[in-house]
Amino acid sequence: MEFSIFGIGILTWLVFAPIVGMIIILMLPDKNRNAIRWTAAGATGIQVILAGVIFAIFDRSKLGINDAESFQFIEKYSWITVEAVPWVGRIEINYFLGLDGLSVLMVILTSIIALIGVISSWNIQKMVKGYFALYLLLVTGMMGVFVALDFFLFFIFWEVMLLPMYFLIGLWGGPRREYAAIKFFIYTFVGGILMLLTMLALYFSVAYTDPASGQSVHTFNILHMMNPANYVEGGLLSGVDTTWRYVAWMALFINFAIKIPLFPFHTWLPDAHVEAPTPISVILAGILLKLGTYGLLRINFPIFPDATIYFVYFMAALAMISIIYGALCAMAQDDFKKLIAYSSISHMGIVVLGIAALNTQGMVGGVLQMFNHGIITAVLFLAVGVLYDRTKKRGLYDFGGIANQMPKYTGLAMIGMFAALGLPGLNGFVSELFSFLGAFEAYKWITIISVTGIIITASYILWTIQRVFLGKTPEKLTDLKDLTLREYLAFIPLIILIILLGIYPAPAIELMNTSLSHLVDFINTGG
Amino acid sequence: MVEQTLYSISQFYPEIIITLTLCVIIVTDLLIKEENHTTGWILLGGFVLAGLTLMLQFGRNESVFFDMIAIDPFSHFFKALLLLTGIFIILFSVQSRELNNYMHRIGEYYMLLAGMMLGMMMMVSSSNLLMLFLAFELTSISSYVLVGFTKQTKRSSESSMKYIIYGAVSSGVMLYGFSLLIGITGAVDIYGINEALAGGTEHALLLNISILMILVGMGFKIAVVPFHFWAPDVYEGAPVSIAAILAVASKIAAFGLLIRFFSVSFIDAGGLTESGSWQVVEGIHWNQLLGVMAALAMILGNLTALRQDNIKRMLAYSSIAHAGYILMGVVILAGEGISSVMIYLFIYLFMNLGAFYVVMLFYNKTGTESIEKYKGLGKRAPLQGVALTIFLVSLTGIPPTGGFVAKLYIFGAAVSAGWIWLVAIAGLMTIVSLFYYIRVVRNMYFYEPEETAVKPIRFNVWSNVVLFALLIPTLLLGIYFAPLLEFARNSIHMFGM
Repeated sequence: MEFSIFGIGILTWLVFAPIVGMIIILMLPDKNRNAIRWTAAGATGIQVILAGVIFAIFDRSKLGINDAESFQFIEKYSWITVEAVPWVGRIEINYFLGLDGLSVLMVILTSIIALIGVISSWNIQKMVKGYFALYLLLVTGMMGVFVALDFFLFFIFWEVMLLPMYFLIGLWGGPRREYAAIKFFIYTFVGGILMLLTMLALYFSVAYTDPASGQSVHTFNILHMMNPANYVEGGLLSGVDTTWRYVAWMALFINFAIKIPLFPFHTWLPDAHVEAPTPISVILAGILLKLGTYGLLRINFPIFPDATIYFVYFMAALAMISIIYGALCAMAQDDFKKLIAYSSISHMGIVVLGIAALNTQGMVGGVLQMFNHGIITAVLFLAVGVLYDRTKKRGLYDFGGIANQMPKYTGLAMIGMFAALGLPGLNGFVSELFSFLGAFEAYKWITIISVTGIIITASYILWTIQRVFLGKTPEKLTDLKDLTLREYLAFIPLIILIILLGIYPAPAIELMNTSLSHLVDFINTGG
Repeated sequence: MVEQTLYSISQFYPEIIITLTLCVIIVTDLLIKEENHTTGWILLGGFVLAGLTLMLQFGRNESVFFDMIAIDPFSHFFKALLLLTGIFIILFSVQSRELNNYMHRIGEYYMLLAGMMLGMMMMVSSSNLLMLFLAFELTSISSYVLVGFTKQTKRSSESSMKYIIYGAVSSGVMLYGFSLLIGITGAVDIYGINEALAGGTEHALLLNISILMILVGMGFKIAVVPFHFWAPDVYEGAPVSIAAILAVASKIAAFGLLIRFFSVSFIDAGGLTESGSWQVVEGIHWNQLLGVMAALAMILGNLTALRQDNIKRMLAYSSIAHAGYILMGVVILAGEGISSVMIYLFIYLFMNLGAFYVVMLFYNKTGTESIEKYKGLGKRAPLQGVALTIFLVSLTGIPPTGGFVAKLYIFGAAVSAGWIWLVAIAGLMTIVSLFYYIRVVRNMYFYEPEETAVKPIRFNVWSNVVLFALLIPTLLLGIYFAPLLEFARNSIHMFGM
């Protein structure tokens, strides 16, 4: 599938539209705040349109995963090529982008959430120019990770997200922002170093034979890394089920587990969420966390199928702990944002449990859950943001009876809450069901214990609804205005998606079904 | 004999030009009474001219002056780096406020700088132990005086004194090592040493001792643990421009010297293959020794940098740590390693000079080098703040900056050679380094300026031009680095290998 505009492929547009927006913003004068906001909205709006085009013309029947031919919208250019000289071999790094059923849904999610984030950033008043410039850089990094098929490129995009996020939390965040920002930075950076070292080990272990020159060339191409035939004799990661392969798998896993975040690597998340400004929380929960599970599916599973199978129980167990532990912690919070942060840990645990099942049902459920969780937490964080804007409070006990004062807001927020709870008819239910069904086939007991997390989830969400929306209004909180037009704009598209995918999830499942079944086969046959 | 000498002279233009520039500066200094940077501009012209003649030599691979000096791609690469650093240092110096009180002696400053440059250029190309030692001392003695150039400040004189004492002792030890080596092998040039050791040696223990002694001198110049004690004090006391040249040029020269000396002398020529790794002469474990030093430098440099408040001291410890990273490329004994060292040094030049430059600019305007007092500077001087952030991020090694590419190649070379434990330490220490680099960034941006100093700081256009000259390569090399790789890989050839 080819699609290009002015000779430049659609994925490049998708990734670099925000960078173009950033450059325009940097050239605009500080004072012209509305022009800056509109530029950001324009850049992310273009992404949504492009994602819509992709959704329309994406070929649902192609495999992807390890087969370069069946990726779609491929763009592959030589980026760095240095010919071999005596004593030093040839170097090759490619600018290689492509989409398959695994990444297409994530690309759509990213574009939607990024636009919603801009809309909800509209009333940021402090250093507007810097804020939107960093925001757009962050969006480029996230989008880039989802479409990169060259490990080097993947890594660059992965790390590009670090600094913008650090500054966005650290400069525009709450009272303890500095601590939260550095904690986020360090956790992610530790993961990054682990991934860097693994990437290098993979690079030196993998070499393909260049058909043109017959030379053996080391490569960062992720698809080449999936092919056991490309591993050089005596390479560090060559062979099957070797200790080094387990070590490499573990290093990558820790990196992705930090991002997901899985217990015990999760402690940065509540801090980051609580301190980050609302739109950044939306981005963080809506997209950033998905990078972790996406990384597992794109890199860990197909490159190390042997190690994946070896560690699969370990993964499922961590997922179980995350589900239960996250839900219990959420129950204990009296800060609204912290509650959602812990609920994210719990819900991302369901994703990991689903994909660790290594069957199509679980895998589809997991990836769908990634998408749904992105939409649902975005709604929840927007809901907290609306309250915080009006009252400057986030404590669950500070509120009460909001439903009387802001009925429309309450209606929309409740839909988000119920979707998080897994109410049938809303999107969360579908994906959780699939994940647990798949997981049940593979691990009976782990799944049975995990499902109790749903009960805990129901209780903390209902309790939250009771504390915030129902009951008596504290005297200080009268005269709250209901949603503004801008807030509606942020809420409505997400709510529509929640309901639509709850009733009829087929469009999303069709997108990924072929690729994910192929991935499952690929892993179970050992690559 | 005469013919050889005459021919050799024709291959020696860059050095001759610098010597002549030195003479011109002496005369100009006598003639011109105005206290300005004329001599500096003359030296800049000299460096540029030397650079141009150097380019004419690119591609040659021969030995001149009776095997005293090697004119090979390896030395050209290092000389180009040194001259580039020299040019930047002059551009720093003419803007330095610290030097303003010493304008009556500024001619001396540039003379010494020329002498130091000459010494460093000889260091990277000499292949004879005596020549090597002379070049080493020429560099050292010029830099001793330069460190103490701002002699009215106590710190400067103190650091100069420390530098001389440490320096003298370590060069003495190195000289003793040389004498042992010459005694064992009967040769004074590195090719002769290699030949003498080719068939193995009975004096392995003695040889190892002499190598240890030689490493004392070279390790001192690179500022690598355990010979690093001078660096923080000297960087703190010296004018920023001199601290920068010590951290960059002096280190580059010493690495050139070290790599040539060890690779040519102690590599088993029989084990040299087209692609595989190299073999050390049997029984001599210089690369293991360097590996331990590299690990120590990374650990100590990074951990100590955490607790510094003076930014120059912090950069001193950071440069010790970087010396450790770079040494990793030397210990792995392969073409990949040498080329990754060169890539690292090239990128290090821009990012480290950039950091020192912004430190100098801030010192010029605010008079402080304390990281605590950097609070709010990001808001008062946005461009310089962003630039320093990028330089520090690059020093940490986060993409998409040059520092990442540098680390990538060093780490990559070490991984491919199987030095996993060393890379693991380097990775761990990179994480540690994030703390102290990011602390500066945090202070610049996350805090409001102190109430006494809230006004924006203005810099002139000229200083911004120099800033961009350092900033653009730092960023560009993170995204597109093929030409640098090509340059480095074509420059790993040393005469006699």
